Amino acid sequence: MSGIPHDHYEPKTNGEKWLHSRLPIVGLLYDTLMIPTPKNLNWMWIWGIVLTFCLALQIVTGIVLVMHYTPHVDMAFASIEHIMRNVNGGYMIRYLHMNGASLFFVAVYIHIFRGLFYGSYKAPREITWIIGMLIYLMMMGTAFMGYVLPWGQMSFWGATVITGLFGAIPFVGEAIQTWLLGGPAVDNATLNRFFSLHYLLPFIIAALVVVHIWAFHTTGNNNPTGVEVRRGSKADAEKDTLPFWPYFVIKDLFALAVILVVFWAIVGYMPNYLGHPDNYIEANPLVTPAHIVPEWYFLPFYAILRAFTGEVWVVQIASFVTGGIVDAKFFGVLAMFGAILAMALAPWLDTSSVRSGKYRPMFKWWFYLLIVDFFALMWLGAMPAEEPYATFSLIASAYWFGYFFVILPLLGVIEKPEVPPETIEEDFNAHYGKADADATPAE
Amino acid sequence: MFKKLAIGAAFAIALTPAASYAAGGGEQHVEDFHFSFEGPFGTWDQNQLQRGLQIYTEVCAACHGLQYVPLRDLEALGYSEEQVIAYAADNFEVFDPELDDFRPAIPTDHFPANNGVGAPDLSLMAKARAGFHGPYGLGINQLVKGMGGAEYVASLLDGYTGEEKEEAGTILYENKAFPGGWISMAPPLSDEQLDFADGHANTVEAMSEDVSAFLMWAAEPKLMDRKNAGFVGVIFLTVLSVLLYLVNKRLWAPVKGRKH
Repeated sequence: MSGIPHDHYEPKTNGEKWLHSRLPIVGLLYDTLMIPTPKNLNWMWIWGIVLTFCLALQIVTGIVLVMHYTPHVDMAFASIEHIMRNVNGGYMIRYLHMNGASLFFVAVYIHIFRGLFYGSYKAPREITWIIGMLIYLMMMGTAFMGYVLPWGQMSFWGATVITGLFGAIPFVGEAIQTWLLGGPAVDNATLNRFFSLHYLLPFIIAALVVVHIWAFHTTGNNNPTGVEVRRGSKADAEKDTLPFWPYFVIKDLFALAVILVVFWAIVGYMPNYLGHPDNYIEANPLVTPAHIVPEWYFLPFYAILRAFTGEVWVVQIASFVTGGIVDAKFFGVLAMFGAILAMALAPWLDTSSVRSGKYRPMFKWWFYLLIVDFFALMWLGAMPAEEPYATFSLIASAYWFGYFFVILPLLGVIEKPEVPPETIEEDFNAHYGKADADATPAE
Repeated sequence: MFKKLAIGAAFAIALTPAASYAAGGGEQHVEDFHFSFEGPFGTWDQNQLQRGLQIYTEVCAACHGLQYVPLRDLEALGYSEEQVIAYAADNFEVFDPELDDFRPAIPTDHFPANNGVGAPDLSLMAKARAGFHGPYGLGINQLVKGMGGAEYVASLLDGYTGEEKEEAGTILYENKAFPGGWISMAPPLSDEQLDFADGHANTVEAMSEDVSAFLMWAAEPKLMDRKNAGFVGVIFLTVLSVLLYLVNKRLWAPVKGRKH
């Protein structure tokens, strides 16, 4: 395996040699754990561990919940109450799972925006970025289907609205929607297949996480300067890096513990704060809730979906050009998926020669505006579809696309970036001073 | 002790202009009642829950079910096993498929469902409703004051203005807390309607609070366990964070040199 030069595992005892010549699994674990990691990583690089923890938490709590849950329209809601009231510790397991989804999305959004700021998506890390985007898409699918399982009012109506999006696809939409639902409307068949897929997807995510890690262990981590680790020799590389264990494992675990203090406080004291009260009413196909609102982590893209109404000139042009095939509803769906696709295309839309946003004086401000835009969209997604929110949504959506398709390509041409440090070592020493000559890193 | 606190709280509410919990626009008004179970260290007021159960049994149960709540859970309200057996048998009949007939309820049964007049089940009502989620939909009010489900129920019961109107053959009653302002449920409570064994006030406002507290318990019977778990977990994780901070600091010290 290429990558940053470092010491590899050498089997010492006969037993180790026996195993290593047959299955080099210890060597694989050793190389993974001891991977040389840029020593200047800041606190924005801790979210990968948080995400890994979230995936494990969701799988473990989920497996226990499934032991007590009944996927049937007549029994699902009651079985959740059974978990909340009768199962030992059931209320904690369920609230951990419920809020674990929110922690998962908090972490993934910060992780994504960290990548967008420090240019982690740029060559040679495009594959890592694309795999990450796939994981994010699968997370959204998993979370959406998981929200349907308690079979509350928001479960039912959320499922109805979101699967209705597929119905907007021209010609084949209705057939696809029926196929997804397993019938003409959200019903028992839908609940059963969502349950099945909700159990399956996390394991596919786990596999993709392995690929994600494999990819960036091949290219090496990005870092706040965006400067690559020197790979000429092992000695050079060691000046820029420290092994993942113990330096970054301990650092990340500390950050994780702090985050879990907040998470645990939310689970213990306000577990329903991020949820919706209507989901404590059993699903009723005959009663539509006054406001159907998705979970907070879908709101930015829900706002983009709703922003493009028939009155917007872009939509009217699209409709005219395609002879009415792309109507307002389908345009909204395309915009929503396009907003995620735009992120995935970032490696090829960003033309700047400098990787890290730290050294890009103009980029910085556009990026900060993108974060403001993201929160604005999140807020607008929860607002009713009326003025002035509709106009705000349109402006905010336009900026989202503008950032990726206009600003990123243009900035590379018109911006004069600052000069990043020569090496990671230089950056690190500028922050912390040179280490004592005789001090050796702990083994 | 809790009773005194509850009475004190009731007086405090009566004497001070109560803080408004209402949404902008002024239509819906959810009063910010102070319940003993609120806050990180709040606990149930057992007497209040017992009064709430009495109000539910003698008033609400005529139309509303409580189908997800097992009768045996009533022991958490301070009743003995015998009292729960007697309460179940005296008040509820359930259909037993084995007998193919109705029989008196036993503690392992749930409170019966009640679909007689289409009134909603109350098992989760205190979680299925909420206070004001503003301002501007930002949820700050709920972050500070809690979800407000019990507040909503109490405000609704205490929120009748006395106005009525007839619409499509149904009589609607004006209510300050109900979305839209008109509700089809007639005012269920009236002053001095019930007498409590503990001699507690039986005004509409006091009874509204009591039954709301009971419904909060019914919706979230493990509330106290959950807050305890939250407290223990936060303490434990804080200690873990401090330890990991120290380990991390020491681990990195030789690498970081001494510039700062």
